[in-house]
Amino acid sequence: MSLKLLRQGFGARPPRMWHDHPLKEYYDVIIIGGGAHGLACAYYLAKDHGITDVAVLDKSYIGAGGSGRNTALIRANYLTPEGVRFYDASVKLYEGLAQDLDFNVMFSQRGHLTLAHNDGSVRTMRRRAEVNRLQGVDSRLVFPDELARICPQLDLSDRPRYPIQAALYHPPGGTIRHDAVVWGYARGADRRGVHIHQYTEVTGIDVANGAVTGVRTTGGDVSADLVLCATAGWASNVAAMVDLELPLDTFPLQACVTEPLKRFLDVVVVSGSLHVYVSQSDRGELVMGASVDPFASYSMAGSLDFLEGLSGHVLELLPFLSKARIMRQWAGLCEMPPDFSPLMGSTPVGNFLLDVGWGTYGFKASPICGKMMAELIATRQTPDLLRPFRLSRFAEYDPVGEKGAASVGQ
Amino acid sequence: MLRLECPHCGVRNSAEFRYGGEYRPRPAPSTEAAESEWIGYLYQRHNGMGEQIEWWYHRAGCGTWFLVERDRRSNEVARTWLWQPADAAAQKEATP
Repeated sequence: MSLKLLRQGFGARPPRMWHDHPLKEYYDVIIIGGGAHGLACAYYLAKDHGITDVAVLDKSYIGAGGSGRNTALIRANYLTPEGVRFYDASVKLYEGLAQDLDFNVMFSQRGHLTLAHNDGSVRTMRRRAEVNRLQGVDSRLVFPDELARICPQLDLSDRPRYPIQAALYHPPGGTIRHDAVVWGYARGADRRGVHIHQYTEVTGIDVANGAVTGVRTTGGDVSADLVLCATAGWASNVAAMVDLELPLDTFPLQACVTEPLKRFLDVVVVSGSLHVYVSQSDRGELVMGASVDPFASYSMAGSLDFLEGLSGHVLELLPFLSKARIMRQWAGLCEMPPDFSPLMGSTPVGNFLLDVGWGTYGFKASPICGKMMAELIATRQTPDLLRPFRLSRFAEYDPVGEKGAASVGQ
Repeated sequence: MLRLECPHCGVRNSAEFRYGGEYRPRPAPSTEAAESEWIGYLYQRHNGMGEQIEWWYHRAGCGTWFLVERDRRSNEVARTWLWQPADAAAQKEATP
């Protein structure tokens, strides 16, 4: 391996991770959206079910959307049993992902703290810990004495406006290299015969007799037996091509990183009340994010408003960072469903499946979602894990109120 | 930062306002409206990538709910005005 690396270092071209192909006239399955979700689905379709006549289309390069813009946090300590089960299955897949893809995804299960600053939050954290434990997820409530050992950097004094009362501690939570997940899935899918078409935007979807028959793209028309929409953020616009209105509203979510600092923060620190999450990357940068912007938009412009608010909140938790400089800030699109749970599965339009509504929690669900959507496509049976997240749940008055999502204050 | 013109108070910083979601006329409050119509009103959103008519609330000002037409790609505001019954009819025609 190292010899190969050395040779590549001296000018030999490294082997391509995935290849360009001409767009065929027909595919068994077309996946719109080349992010972690779409590529994971393609990968598991090929690997688990032998379905390799698959095209993944993206209007930009792969991983250009939410997959490359999230803060790369992985956790399973949600609030609803349905959510906890689902995200726990995802964490388990992430644990074996590097092995499975033969690609280092740099998964670091460094522990995850969700802070509580008032009695109401402590109550919610206790409830989350109990729900988590019932589902077999390692998660418990810790108080300042123990918190001081887990994360001595936190300001646990009475100085902050909202002093820290307790925290939900979730040891299996952590961070991952998000681009590596995208690239790993892309390489795995490509090696099994999946075609990845970058810069191929879907401009229309053909429907005949209530079922999808193919898509029109900037690279030509393609017919297909089945179309999966995995375009978080932009899904309402894709669904509009088949005259489907979704219960989604798209909001930008901003994040930023500081200059690289010496490693000091082992765990991921989150505060729902202060709308902030902080982790330290392997390069030493602090990766920080907040809740979604206050109004719906497709604009990914950064705002000073966000930086001011976020910095103030981070300094409440880690006051010694006051001299740290912000290096970059960016935004991604989050489509928020009314109950903060995703929309997955079939739709009233035949052969048109959804894997959307991924709000602020999409990246951490990629492996399990890809695997389950692949099972749904291969067997045409909705797996039990997906059933609570069906599109029709709103019409059936059966939403999955996920108040453990990052954008929900507690 | 986005600035909005409140029909009563004039141009103000958007931090004074609260976003109230896209404008969808409410079905008539009678038992005649089909259930699907109410589900559409409650949950479904157009969420398009262009101009949108939406509700805003001037919480740190006069406390009025009003309508704003905004481009959701650039956040450019075309106009703001107080709701009129004619708006409901116009919106119903625009969205089949």
